[in-house]
Amino acid sequence: MTEMAHGPEAHAGQAHAHAKEAFIWKYVFSKNHRIIGVQYYVTAMVMALVAGLLAMLIRLQLAWPQKDWGVLAKIFPMGYDAGGGFGVMRPEFYAMLFTMHGTIMVFFVLSTAPVSGFGNLLIPLQAGARDMAFPFLNGLSFWTFFVGCVVILTSFFVGAGAAAGGWTAYPPLSALKAAVPGSETGQTFWIVGMVFFIASFTMGGLNFVTTIINLRTKGLSPLRMPMTLWAMFLVAVLGLLAFPALIAACIMLIFDRHFGTSFFLPTGLVLNNAPLLGADGKFLHQGGSPLLWQHLFWFLGHPEVYILMLPALGFTSDILTNFARKPLFGYKSMVGAMCAIGGLSFIVWGHHMFVSGMNPYLAMAFAVGTILIAVPSAVKVFNWLATLRGARIRFNTPMLWAMGVVSLFISGGLSGVWLAQSAPDIQLHDTMFVAAHFHLIMAGAALFGVFGATSYWFPKMFGRMMNDTLGKAHFWFTFIAYYCTFFPMHYIGIAGHLRRIYDPYQYEFLKPLQPINEFITISALVLGVSQILFFINFFWSAFAGRKAGENPWDANGLEWTTASPPPHGNWPGAIPEVHRWPYEYANPDFPKDHVMQTEPLTAAEQKLKAAEGPSRHEH
Amino acid sequence: MSTEVLRKSPRPALDRGGPGGGGPGGEGDGGREGPELFYDPARFGLWLFLGTLTMMFIGFTSAYMVRRLAPDWIPLRPPGLLWANTAALLLSSGTLEGARRRLRGWNVAGVGPWLLATGALGVLFVAGQLTAWKVLVSRGYFVSSNPHNSFFYLLSGVHGVHLVVGLVWFGVVLVKARRFAYTPGEDGLGMFATYWHFLTGLWVYLLLLLFVL
Repeated sequence: MTEMAHGPEAHAGQAHAHAKEAFIWKYVFSKNHRIIGVQYYVTAMVMALVAGLLAMLIRLQLAWPQKDWGVLAKIFPMGYDAGGGFGVMRPEFYAMLFTMHGTIMVFFVLSTAPVSGFGNLLIPLQAGARDMAFPFLNGLSFWTFFVGCVVILTSFFVGAGAAAGGWTAYPPLSALKAAVPGSETGQTFWIVGMVFFIASFTMGGLNFVTTIINLRTKGLSPLRMPMTLWAMFLVAVLGLLAFPALIAACIMLIFDRHFGTSFFLPTGLVLNNAPLLGADGKFLHQGGSPLLWQHLFWFLGHPEVYILMLPALGFTSDILTNFARKPLFGYKSMVGAMCAIGGLSFIVWGHHMFVSGMNPYLAMAFAVGTILIAVPSAVKVFNWLATLRGARIRFNTPMLWAMGVVSLFISGGLSGVWLAQSAPDIQLHDTMFVAAHFHLIMAGAALFGVFGATSYWFPKMFGRMMNDTLGKAHFWFTFIAYYCTFFPMHYIGIAGHLRRIYDPYQYEFLKPLQPINEFITISALVLGVSQILFFINFFWSAFAGRKAGENPWDANGLEWTTASPPPHGNWPGAIPEVHRWPYEYANPDFPKDHVMQTEPLTAAEQKLKAAEGPSRHEH
Repeated sequence: MSTEVLRKSPRPALDRGGPGGGGPGGEGDGGREGPELFYDPARFGLWLFLGTLTMMFIGFTSAYMVRRLAPDWIPLRPPGLLWANTAALLLSSGTLEGARRRLRGWNVAGVGPWLLATGALGVLFVAGQLTAWKVLVSRGYFVSSNPHNSFFYLLSGVHGVHLVVGLVWFGVVLVKARRFAYTPGEDGLGMFATYWHFLTGLWVYLLLLLFVL
């Protein structure tokens, strides 16, 4: 608050004055958007490592549930000594694994790396600003996030372990301390960690929106903004409007957990075959509604999945056009489609709750709204395909990832149309089919988008190029292993395999699915191991990669008009002015095949513009 | 959000001096470079923040409206003190406007008393709210006895936390005012006033929601 009162800090023309700052202020408690972006990115990488390892344990359990894992039992003593042998996974431990895998991946990795990481790195560069609007708030936002990460990671080691009520934290499981071991201290840490995360994300969102609205350079009208910048703007607006609902819900959950209220806890709760009674012999909790939590959670939850998705869609548009060396097909419809997806995301949360016994007419309204999202999504896909049509494509690493996003967006989106309708959804709810769907579209597309953006904008992070050969190898291993892991889940989901089940083979009808689960697990392990290629490439290239020039990819955007990495204040001289859109590839009137956004209009173009009237090219 | 956001700032806002150092424009380039569209970013950011607060209370409101339909809802009779607290908060908004008007009208000597009155009334409000909680507890109306009680403690508590944040900001404003950091004739108190009035309006809304509607 006080920072806003003071206003943003000085930056312009002082690039050299800051050169001798102490290391701790320059790289640790930095206010520079690029450093903060990289800090977010690297922290998200660490969190991804943790959440990825949790996923591997989940997969081992699903393929070979009753196997005695002697080694794992030594590493995770709290998780592996139940059952017959001494190395079989405990059910509570399994619940904790999928809960924390989901929580960390959704919030601390896939919201953080693309939005907070690349948003901070790219927004001032693409908008032509010296820095974010509130640099101090920006640094504060990172360190708030960092505390959230520490709280979440600590929760594994407190009391009976981390939260185990699912990443959606549905009460009563998350509200009753005795419901699961993880619902004691672990769930409290979960809530506190989430509150820190949301506070950080809100500070970031304020910065994003204010910077994009107020600090764009001269000439950068909204319809000249790169798709990535549009995505960041929409994502920040979605975050600012949706996350407060979860904060409200989290505060009420804290009241239910610690002050004995009954916002979410209904009458008649029975725990371990004994009714949950107070001292007066009446039920301890009365009249609360677990569905209330679900409404508040999914009011956030659905926009949240687009917070993950939209940056990847933006990166993809920027990367596809560059490597196709063609203008983006249907730019305005792309912007409109993104806005439509963002807007619709606020009125469709009910499709997560079709089995909650809602009025079928209401379910139909939610279903229709959800299916409508297929329209702008299809607009995006067709525009990408039209951009690629007839192009002489350069198949570098970023392009492979971008095409991977398009592929995952289609294959994951098609199953979305199934799940959007209440009738099939009631059958498929909480099965592996849902897990397949959201891992392809939300997790997969976001992850591939991040990998693509990393290889594309790496020069602006570290001033060096990533290794292309290693990058391509990483892509192909990941791409094939990703589909092998998640595509078969559609099949076992339709066959009735439950989503969060500890031991599927306790049911006779799921026993034949074990070979498929083994195949999925082996693919998942390959997928996990392939990421070592990325880590090697990332850290090796950051320190020893080939030095990059200003504009290694022959791109048009403002971020490519300054050094790699950009200096403090982003441009040593005046901020460049923008004269055209960012997708001016293959314009036959120019000798080069790409025209920078800063290139003034030629005499012929000015004449044409005057003849057409001001509105055609301007807005 | 109101038209306030869309109104161009009456002054080159980034050029504000003050103890925090110059704006990002820095070295006398008229306070800005580049942007054609231009609103005061700090003010804009504040309105965005108030937007997120509004969304949070919309979340609480929807929860309240759903929960009150349950059969175990017993209406809580508000302690009379609440009305006095409300009056104090409304008055504090009034005195803050008084201080703001005097600063804009070059009456520097007149700003101090009105600001102090604002702070005193704000502290009085928080103390009054805490007392109201105590009164309720002494009468046996605990947070978990009834959903209406729960909502009263919850909403007044969350509002109170934001008001305490406002009082911290008020402390900063007071220090700046004592150092004559505010230029007479300008609306230096505008941002703080926006936040403070928002909290006053929010409290009136919560009171209506809890006990009148």
